[in-house]
Amino acid sequence: MIDTIVPTPLDVAETVDTSTPRDPKMTARDVHVFYGEKEAIKGVDITIYDDKVTAFIGPSGCGKSTFLRCLNRMNDTIPSARVTGEIELDGENINSPKMDVVQLRARVGMVFQKPNPFPKSIYENVAYGPRIHGLAQGKTELDAIVEKSLLRAGLWDEVKDRLADNGTALSGGQQQRLCIARAIAVDPEVILMDEPCSALDPIATAKIEELIHALRGRYAIAIVTHNMQQAARVSQRTAFFHLGEIVEYGKTSEIFTNPREQRTQDYITGRYG
Amino acid sequence: MSNRPLTRWTDGSMDRLVTRRNAAERRFRALGFLAVALSLAFLAFLLFTMAAKGIGGFTSTEAKLTIDFPRSDLMLDPGALRGPDARQNAAGAALDGVIEQAAMARFGAGGGDLFGGASVRELGDQLVGDPDLLGKKVDVWLPLSAKADLAAKHGGDPAYDKLLAKADTRTRFNLTFLTASDATDASAAGVWGALKGSFLTILVTMLLAFPIGVMSALYLEEFAPRNRWTDLIEVSINNLAAVPSIIFGLLGLAVFLNFMNMPRSAPLVGGLTLALMTMPVIVIAGRNAITSVPPSIRDAALGVGASKLQVVFHHVLPLALPGILTGTIIGMARALGETAPLLMIGMRAFIASPPAGITDPATVLPVQIFLWSDEVDRAFVEKTSAAIIVLLVFMLLMNGLAIYLRNRFERRW
Repeated sequence: MIDTIVPTPLDVAETVDTSTPRDPKMTARDVHVFYGEKEAIKGVDITIYDDKVTAFIGPSGCGKSTFLRCLNRMNDTIPSARVTGEIELDGENINSPKMDVVQLRARVGMVFQKPNPFPKSIYENVAYGPRIHGLAQGKTELDAIVEKSLLRAGLWDEVKDRLADNGTALSGGQQQRLCIARAIAVDPEVILMDEPCSALDPIATAKIEELIHALRGRYAIAIVTHNMQQAARVSQRTAFFHLGEIVEYGKTSEIFTNPREQRTQDYITGRYG
Repeated sequence: MSNRPLTRWTDGSMDRLVTRRNAAERRFRALGFLAVALSLAFLAFLLFTMAAKGIGGFTSTEAKLTIDFPRSDLMLDPGALRGPDARQNAAGAALDGVIEQAAMARFGAGGGDLFGGASVRELGDQLVGDPDLLGKKVDVWLPLSAKADLAAKHGGDPAYDKLLAKADTRTRFNLTFLTASDATDASAAGVWGALKGSFLTILVTMLLAFPIGVMSALYLEEFAPRNRWTDLIEVSINNLAAVPSIIFGLLGLAVFLNFMNMPRSAPLVGGLTLALMTMPVIVIAGRNAITSVPPSIRDAALGVGASKLQVVFHHVLPLALPGILTGTIIGMARALGETAPLLMIGMRAFIASPPAGITDPATVLPVQIFLWSDEVDRAFVEKTSAAIIVLLVFMLLMNGLAIYLRNRFERRW
């Protein structure tokens, strides 16, 4: 099975990163997360860049999703969770009392593991975010935002004639792209994706991956994935999480071809995980 | 392990096992079918006896009577029957004497027993409608007294049978039953007062219990921290839902009447008392409905930057509403049929006029049924069954409306 996990040279070549990163978009310093007594994240430092896709890989239960949820403070909704350390968005501490968590979540959008469209029309799904944030003046502007977001999510052609249909009536892959359209409709700066393809078939997965390519540069993207080929295909940076720590973080090409750590090597060659 | 022989799936012993298993399934299915059939039979029996007994309450027998007003002893000026006091003047006139006189003239001695309170009312209404009748000799159809009505419907009373044989009779829909309030004379008694009282009481209950119950459920489920206090509140609410209703009646008596000095027998107090009783049911049903909204919907809304309040009111509440409405239907149906707590706060009084507002003395349908079922007069038996039918129809209409609303809001995900 090793050959399915180690990316082919061609895959890596596509994502070889020659440019120096522009600006650090989000920076985490010494982040710990506790669920009650249990320490799920044990001191993570990482920087996510504006124009890059950053992949978080690692075995189940290693804390990569937990860390991702720190970046837009979704862990606030879990009563037993406690986060310490510093996370900055454009140099601003997101855990400080001055930061409005609702606005933070609009700036740092999220796509979840299971497609979760609202049980409303396709139009309403996309229009909801802009509407509550007052991003559109009037119906025409809102229509334009909905169309633009669906276009960017690559869903427009498939749904333009049935915007009034229920979002939950779409196929799994379409639902996930609808969720991406919903996330980008509020013009976020960062998009977090928590295993966005784990519930999808290979064709739908390929579409989402293309979409991630297309969105790179416009948004900083952080993606959690179990699929190492996917990490190699879509990301320029990869962080390998293990037991609540980042074992190794660097350019995707280097992580997959020339890892510094033995544990990374073992994981990407399928020896454990 | 290795010594164990291979399982023989096609063995005779296996066949026996399969037969036994299939028999058990068939038995269970038959028992379930029997249970449903039995409950349907009980329901059919109940409805049938109710309809058979009560249907007579909706009809009344009328007899033709010739009244010669100019030659009667009636001292009534046609002018008094015009203007705002017409109805009062008609009621004040000795119309019962006129009827008795005419009846005796027509049917002989005892003829006066044929007509009761309802006929006086009816004649008064006819005179107000056309005061010129006072100057003529006219034929009018008047409802029979309760006893005569019973005899006309079922027979068995020789005295009345003889009188009725001489009379011209017809059967009419008994509008009096639906438009009049309680009366001592069964032929003049109706359910309108109780129906209106029930409506007002339920309205007060609904306006209080629904919003407060739903808000409590939302707060407890979505906003309140989980700690010892909220656990305590949850246990209390669950216990409150199981408290016998008469105790809520005593509470209403002590708090609303004795302490707050609210008017006795009023729909306001009845509604408040029933709201106390219904609220826990709505809170429990509401919390269940709210928990069953998938968390992924909350995540989705939070993920696009909706505030807690927006998540709750744009997504959670609309999705939970069908479930909340189901709980509310159950609670309201229980409140509508409740008798015991209302007896405690004085809604069992004899009230002969419908309540004009929520602070007027009133009674409610179940209490009216209870009161009539206690009457000695045999004519009230029919009225009792008819009132039960009215209560059931009212309840069905209310539930139908709630189910319609629930289906309209129903969403699937």
